[in-house]
Amino acid sequence: MDSRFANGSSVGTVVPQRWKFAAPFKLQSGDILPSFELVYETYGELHSGRDNAVLVCHALSGSHHAAGLHADDESPGWWDSCIGPGKPIDTDKFFVVCVNNIGGCHGSTGPASTNPRTGEPYGPEFPSVTVKDWVHTQAMLAHGIGIRRFAAVVGGSLGGMQAMQWAIDFPDRVEHAILVACAAKLSAQNIAFNKIARSAIHADPCFEQGQYKARGRFPSVGLRLARMLGHVTYLSDGAMGSKFGREIKQGDPEQGADVEFQVESYLHYQGERFSKRFDANSYLLITRLLDCFDPAREFGDDLVVTLSETLCRFLVISFTSDWRFAPERSDEIVDALVRAGRPVTSAVIDSPHGHDSFLLYSPRYFEVLGEYFQRMARDCSS
Amino acid sequence: MRTDLRLIASTINDRARVLDLGCGDGELLAHLAESKRVVGLGVEIGEKQINKCIARGVAVVEHDLNQGLKRFPNDSFDMVVMASTLQALFRPNLLLGELLRIGEECIVTFPNFGHWRIRAQLTFNGRMPESTHLPHKWYDTPNVHLCTFRDFEELCRQMRIRIIERFVLGTKGESGWHLNRFPNLLGATAFYRLGRAS
Repeated sequence: MDSRFANGSSVGTVVPQRWKFAAPFKLQSGDILPSFELVYETYGELHSGRDNAVLVCHALSGSHHAAGLHADDESPGWWDSCIGPGKPIDTDKFFVVCVNNIGGCHGSTGPASTNPRTGEPYGPEFPSVTVKDWVHTQAMLAHGIGIRRFAAVVGGSLGGMQAMQWAIDFPDRVEHAILVACAAKLSAQNIAFNKIARSAIHADPCFEQGQYKARGRFPSVGLRLARMLGHVTYLSDGAMGSKFGREIKQGDPEQGADVEFQVESYLHYQGERFSKRFDANSYLLITRLLDCFDPAREFGDDLVVTLSETLCRFLVISFTSDWRFAPERSDEIVDALVRAGRPVTSAVIDSPHGHDSFLLYSPRYFEVLGEYFQRMARDCSS
Repeated sequence: MRTDLRLIASTINDRARVLDLGCGDGELLAHLAESKRVVGLGVEIGEKQINKCIARGVAVVEHDLNQGLKRFPNDSFDMVVMASTLQALFRPNLLLGELLRIGEECIVTFPNFGHWRIRAQLTFNGRMPESTHLPHKWYDTPNVHLCTFRDFEELCRQMRIRIIERFVLGTKGESGWHLNRFPNLLGATAFYRLGRAS
């Protein structure tokens, strides 16, 4: 049966906004960003009581463009399925903010931006950033645009990690943290996949130790490989099987050498597309940031202690076929919250689409998310 | 609210930490949160039930009770409630022990299989009993471990579980002296408040 949140409408045409922090900002690493800019989008109206703001955090390859359409582009935002009037994150009720994080490559300050000190692109000299840095810059932006407190901070995958960090670092500024297809830290296997992806970029002769931009080159082969590998981990064996099976795109399997399977063509296309819209230095930086995310590190490696000072309510959603951040990884978070005595709701959604499930429509997923936001909306207005 | 739930609610202290196993649509926990400022957590496996909990604002963890309760640490709740769920478990005895590891006390309710109407259906019709409390056919019932007042009390004895309180409810949820006189014959629903052996 379809979810009643399946047939919402689009937020329409959206225009990204910019927000500049002109003073030096000290990163977790100790390095200083002389200044930074954030690109963000908003959907819906902020109530006069300012109690209906929702922060949507993007994952590895996402951006501030979460919903609606840009005037010059035909493809909608990365979470358009979920955000809009009548959708789970209902923009008739909530004021939704989505920020492109620093270190990214969609307009916010990152490796491709000009370093004001040198007048050259930062390139590989861009300082390493952490999820904490992201969350703190988001909080500064929120303050800048008049949002003291978020009704919810929500994200999938790396986005969920930001929601968790929000709950830990700003307990009184977030009412609900919604973590979808998330983990409290990466496993050795997760890090291993990231390592291979980075190695592919490093091995590209056009990489030029990260100085490719200054030398007029771009490591698109490496970035393409990195993305192809990533894609394999985002899908499940079953999803790939039902989508492509062993279907042949061209050639004769009897002959072997010239044959191309559909799945190959798909990966090639995805890699190609990605290498045109993403920056290699950003990819290196963000996969590193993922590897290093571990909020429990500063609490004696104890996730229960880490989460015990949070004040928000949690919703933790995972998907049965997700093997990148499997339901067991979400359970670790749920169990720690239970042990910490914090209010948590969890749902394990039966979905065949692997890690990508968090971006896609499935009836129960939308029911859970939609019902949760509807309840929040009732609490906001009462 | 269901009579056994109302009775449970009346037994629970203000501001208690309550774990409700098989919490259904969250009615009890929502009521307790409102009337007694109870900090509750539900455990449920039914998708529709979980959605109803979410709509009520009740915190609920999706979990299969038949997987055990290792997720819940010792002494983490003041009261563990398991209403009309015992009979649907694969290993009710194992779970019963877990309840009193997690909570100081627990409340267990279940349909009494010794009720005279059930006995009569088996005796006179020779058919598996059905009732308002046990509406399923024998082949699709979730209730795989039915028991009577006597059976349950025998298990408590064996497991050295202390029975603090017992209520006997009739078919319409009513109580009365005759029910207490012949619980195993006249009681439709059993209500027990249990504690660890002193």
